[in-house]
Amino acid sequence: MQYFQKELETMSADQKKVLQSERLVKMVKYVYENQKPYRAKMDAIKLKPDDIKSIDDIYKLPYTVKQDLRDAYPFGMMARSRRDLVRLHASSATTGKLTVAGYTMNDIDVWGECAARSLVMAGADEESIIHIAYGYGLFTGGLGMHYGGEKLGACVVPASAGNTQKQIQLITDFGADIICCTPSYIIYLAEEIEKLGLKPGVDIKLKGGVFGAEAWSEGMRADIEKRLGIRACDIYGLSEIAGPGVACDCEFKTGMHFQDDHFYPEIVDVNTLEPLPYGESGELVITTLTKEGMPLLRYRTRDIASLNADPCPCGRTTIKLNKITGRSDDMLIIRGVNVFPSQIESVLLKDADIQPHYHINVDRVNSLDTMEIVVELSPNVSIDEVAHVEEIRKRLAANMASALSVSAKITLVSPGTVARSEGKAKRITDNRKL
Amino acid sequence: MIKQIAVFLENKAGKASGCCKVLKDANVNLLALSIADTQDFGILRLITEDNEKALAALKAAGYISSEVELVGIEVPDEAGALSNLLIALGDGGVSVEYMYSYAGVDGHAKIAFKTSTPEAAVAVLKKAGAKLI
Repeated sequence: MQYFQKELETMSADQKKVLQSERLVKMVKYVYENQKPYRAKMDAIKLKPDDIKSIDDIYKLPYTVKQDLRDAYPFGMMARSRRDLVRLHASSATTGKLTVAGYTMNDIDVWGECAARSLVMAGADEESIIHIAYGYGLFTGGLGMHYGGEKLGACVVPASAGNTQKQIQLITDFGADIICCTPSYIIYLAEEIEKLGLKPGVDIKLKGGVFGAEAWSEGMRADIEKRLGIRACDIYGLSEIAGPGVACDCEFKTGMHFQDDHFYPEIVDVNTLEPLPYGESGELVITTLTKEGMPLLRYRTRDIASLNADPCPCGRTTIKLNKITGRSDDMLIIRGVNVFPSQIESVLLKDADIQPHYHINVDRVNSLDTMEIVVELSPNVSIDEVAHVEEIRKRLAANMASALSVSAKITLVSPGTVARSEGKAKRITDNRKL
Repeated sequence: MIKQIAVFLENKAGKASGCCKVLKDANVNLLALSIADTQDFGILRLITEDNEKALAALKAAGYISSEVELVGIEVPDEAGALSNLLIALGDGGVSVEYMYSYAGVDGHAKIAFKTSTPEAAVAVLKKAGAKLI
């Protein structure tokens, strides 16, 4: 199977522009009529829906930032009533509140089609058995690829995350040929498969996989492909827009094919917000062209990347997203979970036995991300018993795990030990070698 | 009762020596010292000749330190002397959180221990004929 939707994936540049223009004009009218925050933003700059006549006018539209979604928590950004919404996903924002995304049935269908296009790029077809080891839940990874696999007509194994020995048994016994999970987890799986003495190509029938939700390098790709003998494709998505499937690598890996009939990408300068030409690195900004539940105009993703329009031997004519190289904010991605330092700070502020001076050390040990939070004890805490200090540490670790949805090692230090800085505090040391 | 100073130490080279240097510079003489260590941190417990001076110097140097009261006893320097007292404490329902000994003289050893019920401990020890410090 070469394409999931050949006509849409291989349309000419002229056709694509006509389609994008029609959709954008309609979208802007729709958001102006149905989303109060956008009506206010457009009125503030005296922009009328009629001023948007084609995709070339997109630069006139206001930007959307994560704070806008937080301000509208939980449903202020929805363009449709509960009657029409069929699903809510959410990802962690900074302090406490989540970023919520609502989807109509049509949104779920479009997302499923994009995920199906991605699976085909990784080598899947209707005969495939697709093993999904992404977590299922508010996180979009599991359900996104699940619906993609079913849309394709393949057979989906919803294994979800965790229990590696069982995952390997399922992959072996069911003969899965396609796998979806985070890049660090596939490396861990490959190591465990080697330990068990199972042979890729003989005991393990995998031939391709889509891996996303965290940044990874070409070096990791080469390692995964060599160890498992598979095609390893990078997949991009974010719950605010749609989960995985917004963009994905094909076998030629010339950049991730961005599904630009549904999602229009731009790269802008992080400081000036001026649009940048293809090839230049900046912040990825996405406008949804067909979304109904929660359309977004020029959403600033905070991901740093570049686009390329070079032709791809696969025949797909989409614009392509080069690998994400970083973030323009201080968000960390730990084992696929978004973590903001401000979330850590809010947990620390609630505990009287410590001072909110902290440093975060991130590393990757045996292919899995680890996070250590070094924090200062309060000078007045009574510390003559080991058990008492251990109790403080355990309490913090438990509160942190519940606030962040990912565990962290807590290291307590004396007051004044964590380096202070006069300007913007440098609170993170990321030693992960991708 | 004996007053003890507890100091929190990170598990890093030079932390204990740094702390002792602070006390040396403050001209405080140490009478006893014990360290409780875990994988990630240590707690240094000190009995000094001048706790007030020691605490001020440690706090000024940024160490977390606190003063705690311990029960002190003098036991004869002979086999089984401590054991008998501990059995008496156990029978009296007194639990010992931690304990250490320090330099004794005249054929006696000095023992200090932490308990959450010091009054009960003192009563039990008096009854057992122990010499309290």
